[in-house]
Amino acid sequence: MNKETVEKIKANPDYQKLISTRNSFAVKLSILMLAVYFLFILLIAFNPAFLGTPLSSGSVTTVGIPVGMGIIVFAIVLTGIYTKRANGEFDDLSNSVKNSLKDH
Amino acid sequence: MHRILTFLILATGAIFAADALSGQVEKQPLNMSAIVMFLIFVGATLGITYWAAKKTKSAKDFYTAGGGITGFQNGMAIAGDYMSAASFLGISGLVYMKGYDGLIYSIGFLVGWPVILFLIAEPLRNLGKYTFADVASYRLKQTPIRTLAASGSIATVILYLIAQMVGSGKLIQLLFGLSYEMAVVLVGVLMILYVAFGGMLATTWVQIIKAFLLLSGATFMAFAVMAHYNFSFGELFSHATELKGIQIMSPGGLVSDPVSAISLAIALMFGTAGLPHILMRFFTVNDAKEARKSVFYATGFIGYFYILTFIIGFGAIVMVFQKPEYLDAAKHAISGGYPILGGSNMAAIHLSHAVGGDFFLGFISAVAFATILAVVSGLTLAGASAISHDLYASVFRKGRVDSMTEMRVSKMATIALGIIAIIVGIAFENQNIAFVVGLAFAIAASANFPILVLSMYWRRLTTRGAVIGGALGLGSAVMLVILSPVVWVSILGNKTAIFPYEYPALFSVTLAFVGTWFFSITDKSESAKEEQALFDAQFIRAQTGIGAEGASSH
Repeated sequence: MNKETVEKIKANPDYQKLISTRNSFAVKLSILMLAVYFLFILLIAFNPAFLGTPLSSGSVTTVGIPVGMGIIVFAIVLTGIYTKRANGEFDDLSNSVKNSLKDH
Repeated sequence: MHRILTFLILATGAIFAADALSGQVEKQPLNMSAIVMFLIFVGATLGITYWAAKKTKSAKDFYTAGGGITGFQNGMAIAGDYMSAASFLGISGLVYMKGYDGLIYSIGFLVGWPVILFLIAEPLRNLGKYTFADVASYRLKQTPIRTLAASGSIATVILYLIAQMVGSGKLIQLLFGLSYEMAVVLVGVLMILYVAFGGMLATTWVQIIKAFLLLSGATFMAFAVMAHYNFSFGELFSHATELKGIQIMSPGGLVSDPVSAISLAIALMFGTAGLPHILMRFFTVNDAKEARKSVFYATGFIGYFYILTFIIGFGAIVMVFQKPEYLDAAKHAISGGYPILGGSNMAAIHLSHAVGGDFFLGFISAVAFATILAVVSGLTLAGASAISHDLYASVFRKGRVDSMTEMRVSKMATIALGIIAIIVGIAFENQNIAFVVGLAFAIAASANFPILVLSMYWRRLTTRGAVIGGALGLGSAVMLVILSPVVWVSILGNKTAIFPYEYPALFSVTLAFVGTWFFSITDKSESAKEEQALFDAQFIRAQTGIGAEGASSH
């Protein structure tokens, strides 16, 4: 890729939109995942009793069970959300950047 | 002290070294149904290898299966790489022993995946060709960066192989009644056949078949357990707590010290994103779109699998615990309690017998064997690629080598790694190897991950910064593990550890990032300026795929 092409792509509004939207989306989702996980770990380290609270009186199932299962499902859902948006909206932007190179 | 010790034994013993069914195991009588089912698996996979060998004609075919793997297939193969015998037997065994704590660990192993998708998968696919060193050295100096990346890869692979080989020997001895040495040699030879002849194509399909069998078997077990309790978690849990007490429903003393907890979390999260055999799989798909789908499917399969192991662990509590047929009578007589035959890592295996009789026990045993075979094959291929593509073709021959020669070298490297695996497998039979998988994750997180991610996103990275930072990460991870309780006290027999925590990642990963940052920003050389100037073009390719290596053979 020569310098001229690099500058041309950098000036392309679709490229700028792709980079800013996707990277902020990816960073937000990463922070969300990290925050949920580290919160969980810190809860275990500092207040394990909370996760051991029964869901209802008389039940042996504790709060920790839906929370733990929930984090697993949450991780899967997050990857699904990102994949769906990236394979649609972001790929369209990226294809339009590619096509803009072909026209000339 | 007692709490720390319990934590140490359980954390490292059950998770990172669960592959290595440590301690003495007794050889069992020959298990015929398991052997027949295993032979069917071997026959089918050798058939696939024969088919794959005919299609593997170039280095590209050998490393990336021609690039024609779909996102779904690759997701299954990635999940297969990750669902080792350690995850299956180790985590279900931990749930069986400690209940909720097992779930905490499986979550740790899962949460790295979304982050791989958001930050790594796409640039990796767009910039790389065969190994992750392609990406790290994209705009930096080939020789030092590839040497460092290959060292990190080979170290990770060999450590992982030690754990897998020793684990396989013990497991097979226990399940099939073969001798330890014979089991290790058998695994080594089959793995060499798959990889050397069938390359990535055979390795991927072996992994996919095994993942399918493992998920099916685990689903059946979890289903059988739940059916027994009318599909009510409440009933399953209340029966389990009657047997083992209410404490299995909440976090135990496993993650009691915040520094260790965070350090372990970092090792798992970033280590996953630095495992060479996992990263290599992203080059087998056609483009970034399929790479993303791979991670989505992989995360789905792995998450589902961890939910199954949780149910299986509880199933073992209600169906295996205290049952006379699974009780280790000899140990019971000495120390009381209800130890099960083969130790707690066998909980899932005994449960398979409890729910499906001898036939299903044979099936699960065969699947466990297949799991080990598939995982060692993937590891060996990753190690062989680091040797042939990074060290031989790029460093030694400076890229002036044809595809056939490079493929021949990777086949020789495969055979050499297979022989090394057999030798270390036999040599480490009675060694305490509790630290090896933890060390592999620490190295992946501290040496491989920082260079990879900084090379993708940080303009000011220079060769000097990457080499010094990566070496600091690698060196400190190894040193801190040696000085930690796992090696310094348990193996070397010292009284107290110099480094008090069992996971080094918090410190070694920080050191790697800070070192890379410092030695990059202070690098005022001409070559550093050139490397930084190349960032824009690299970033465009990473983000859009323009100019990316089309993996498929057109």
